[in-house]
Amino acid sequence: MSAAPQDAAGGGTLAGYNFAYLDEDTKRMIRRALLKAVAIPGHQVPFGSREMPLPYGWGTGGIQVTASVIGPDDTLKVIDQGADDTTNAVSIRRFFGRVAGVATTERTAEATVIQTRHRIPETPLREGQILVYQVPMPEPLFRLEPRVAETRRLHALGDYGLMHVKLYEDIARRGEVTISYNYPVMVNGRYLMSPSPIPAFDNPKMDRMPALQLFGAGREKRIYAVPPYTAVRSLDFEDHPFRPNRADAACALCGSRDSYLDEVVTDDRGGRRFLCSDTDYCERRRAEQ
Amino acid sequence: MRAAALSPGLADPVADAQGCFRAVLDAMSRPGSVRRVPADVRPPAPLVPAAAAVLLTLADAATPVWTDAGPDAAAWLAFHAGCPLATSPEDAAFVLACGSPPSLGVLVQGTDEEPHRSATLIAQVAALEAGSGGWRLRGPGIEAEHRLRVSGLPSDFTARWGANRAAFPRGVDLVLCAGREVAALPRTTAIEEG
Ligand SMILES: [Zn+2]
Repeated sequence: MSAAPQDAAGGGTLAGYNFAYLDEDTKRMIRRALLKAVAIPGHQVPFGSREMPLPYGWGTGGIQVTASVIGPDDTLKVIDQGADDTTNAVSIRRFFGRVAGVATTERTAEATVIQTRHRIPETPLREGQILVYQVPMPEPLFRLEPRVAETRRLHALGDYGLMHVKLYEDIARRGEVTISYNYPVMVNGRYLMSPSPIPAFDNPKMDRMPALQLFGAGREKRIYAVPPYTAVRSLDFEDHPFRPNRADAACALCGSRDSYLDEVVTDDRGGRRFLCSDTDYCERRRAEQ
Repeated sequence: MRAAALSPGLADPVADAQGCFRAVLDAMSRPGSVRRVPADVRPPAPLVPAAAAVLLTLADAATPVWTDAGPDAAAWLAFHAGCPLATSPEDAAFVLACGSPPSLGVLVQGTDEEPHRSATLIAQVAALEAGSGGWRLRGPGIEAEHRLRVSGLPSDFTARWGANRAAFPRGVDLVLCAGREVAALPRTTAIEEG
């Protein structure tokens, strides 16, 4: 599996491919789906996903969305769990550098398009930026209702009782909602949506975000979107309000007490420390100190 | 095919389509903002460059197009976009209105389960002016309120739009074109007369 991205992005193997890899018919189909997704915030629009030179799980849905959106004037940032320097992020960035010739950056503030897996940057996004999420499972109800036709009917009715019951059972059994990733949200008060496996800590950043948020699920062949300044509310109950969790610690490198932290094992004697998951945010803070 | 049908389409099909798409995506994401389509395209009358560029960017064999623009313009669109021409607006994925647009209610609405399978109305208007005066727009994509002045739509359009919005999630999305400029209203946008 690790060889595939290198093979795909390496050498001259992509010579002769269209700009941004996808053919124009596929881009046009994805672009139509994106416009309808923006017009119906939180609704999953099916699309004819194409085989990409990367395995599913490497973000083929996000890559197809990015490929349909990106142009020569864009600056692309790619993050994986908050980091710009993982194999996945580097492969995708190199892929677009090669097939689209776009400028790339690790700085959130400089990017016009940011493709992400599992995080929202700490630096607040602004108008005109586009955040593209890689989504493994777009259907927020899939663990509660395995029949796809039935989930479609529930979305049509706006009937999300199943999810409320699940959260309520969590509270009854454990005293709190135990979902720490992929915490379900209501978009514009109408559609239940999976925010992708971001930490619940990131959910509040989606609410009325000035940037456009696009979601691509390659294996499940779904696209959805949240337009700028759109209400995104994490499901909760009046007596059990949503509370995003964060390790009660400061980043060992920059001292931040606001950012989302990863716990990192530092030596073979079990030593641990907490570091910002957002590497760009952490570096910017250290540079300013 | 007449000479008009053979005037060129997008000069650089890949780059122009990307640039036009971003203009429309931006317009649809921020309802009431006005964007310029970057493509240099000279369609036959009465098509304006923005409407022609939007259709060449989005329409193809999978999307029947209906237009009131007359046979020369229709033939030009079918030739360059490769799209079938619908005989009535009820059967079209894209409806291009150069004159008074057909009633929104007769266009494809989508269903409650598949609201994305609805028509997009591309309406050519005399002028678009963002920022002050005209409609007051609210809804997703708008921080507080956007102003958009549209010249050249029938006076009862906002009432018809209100009925369209009330059918959410079903409904038609609107792209407005004037010259090289484009604005858009997704079905979620509320219009209040200024
Ligand atoms: Zn840090």
